[in-house]
Amino acid sequence: MALASSKEAAAPARPPSGTPSRGFWSSTLGKKTVMAVSGLIMLGYLVAHVAGNLKVFFGPEEFDGYAHWLRVMGAPVLHHEWALWIVRIVLLAAVGAHAVSAYQLSRRDVRARPTRYAHRRKGSSYATRTMRWGGIIVGLFIVWHVLDLTTGTVHPGGFEQGKPYQNVIDTFSTWYGNTIYIVAMLAVGLHVRHGFWSAAQTLGAGSARRDRALRLVANGLALALTAGFIAVPVGVMTGVVN
Amino acid sequence: MKLNLRVWRQKNDAAEGAMATYQVDGISPDMSFLEMLDTLNEDLILRGEDPVAFDHDCREGICGACSLVINGDAHGPERTTTCQLHMRSFRDGDTVDVEPWRASAFPVVKDLVVDRSAFDRIIQAGGYVTAPTGAAPEAHATPVPKADAESAFEHAECIGCGACVAACPNGSAMLFTSAKVNHLNVLPQGAPERETRVLDMVARMDAEGFGGCTLTGECATACPKGIPLPSISAMNREWLRARRKAKG
Repeated sequence: MALASSKEAAAPARPPSGTPSRGFWSSTLGKKTVMAVSGLIMLGYLVAHVAGNLKVFFGPEEFDGYAHWLRVMGAPVLHHEWALWIVRIVLLAAVGAHAVSAYQLSRRDVRARPTRYAHRRKGSSYATRTMRWGGIIVGLFIVWHVLDLTTGTVHPGGFEQGKPYQNVIDTFSTWYGNTIYIVAMLAVGLHVRHGFWSAAQTLGAGSARRDRALRLVANGLALALTAGFIAVPVGVMTGVVN
Repeated sequence: MKLNLRVWRQKNDAAEGAMATYQVDGISPDMSFLEMLDTLNEDLILRGEDPVAFDHDCREGICGACSLVINGDAHGPERTTTCQLHMRSFRDGDTVDVEPWRASAFPVVKDLVVDRSAFDRIIQAGGYVTAPTGAAPEAHATPVPKADAESAFEHAECIGCGACVAACPNGSAMLFTSAKVNHLNVLPQGAPERETRVLDMVARMDAEGFGGCTLTGECATACPKGIPLPSISAMNREWLRARRKAKG
């Protein structure tokens, strides 16, 4: 109960707060919905991505063949690389929507809690506390990753279009390639751990009865993605992939 | 028992505040935390100093007036209201930090007292049912399924103390608002306003300057009435449903 405190004589009531808006995007719940949906789109992509990556363990023919198939996917209905470009555009939109809503919500959250407690205690889990910085780290990683293995701009050694097997080996033959990649994949795992479960809550799928199952799926996805992605640099480092 | 208290002192909403240290002697382990503060205030009054201002009313754990963040926990270390927290939860010689609820939607009025009228305005936006008043209606006229009645009761337990907002790193009022929305939306009496209620209350909550929910779960951990975290998902479900219905 909010008691009208002993200030009626002193100051006039607090200036009336903002006018309520019924708009979807102006609502925190609307922004969170956008974040949840875009996050799930990216998560779906990651599952497909890790499955494709693991083909590296079946040798250069299969891996390079798979990479080629990605370009002719949907043929003959779709023109060369059209399917790939559709995926890229959807992903770019998802990344943009995710980042913009995260930025706006975070700004709002910081404003809503401007004063810290003098007595601080560690509250929520590590995955929860690192969502914002983890997201930024993953975002920066994606930029490097595209420049490294899609455009080849910052690729170590000679980047060759259509030879992803060799390109992957080149990247993971450098100490920094391995370090950046493994750190980023740990960040992805943590992000997915809290993110998947949160997205389910935001989209209204959470309930007391379903909570354990949702957490289990979130942890399972996080673990499978991280382990699957990290398997590739570890494979190169140990010489399984060469 | 003897205690070192570090208490937030702030003259008024415009003044700068700071933590002040006090020694409180002669505390019985059976005292409530508020009685311990009463002891401190009696001492301060005798010394001619300004007593520490704090909110309290029923002191039975049912009104939601008391607040206080004690050692970083809303309502202190036990899962109850501050008035029901007893000094046996502390040890002789402990240093205890006492701070007001921190959120920009809950401005400090004086010392440990914050203005929680933002919650009242959220209730005004839709936390009611429109029904003719008068004699009590026949109890069997509106049957309520057992599961729905239990869910409504669970959410009706919310006393609006604001511990959820105080505990939330984002100063979010989602647990409070979801308790109020779910309490009425699950009942047949609340059905006619089911959609407008959730849309209006969420819009009001946002307009009051509360933060967004990042599902850290701090709110449900702090709640003295045990409003569960999945209530937030249930409200999201209601909100998304109401938006679909409002469009179509």
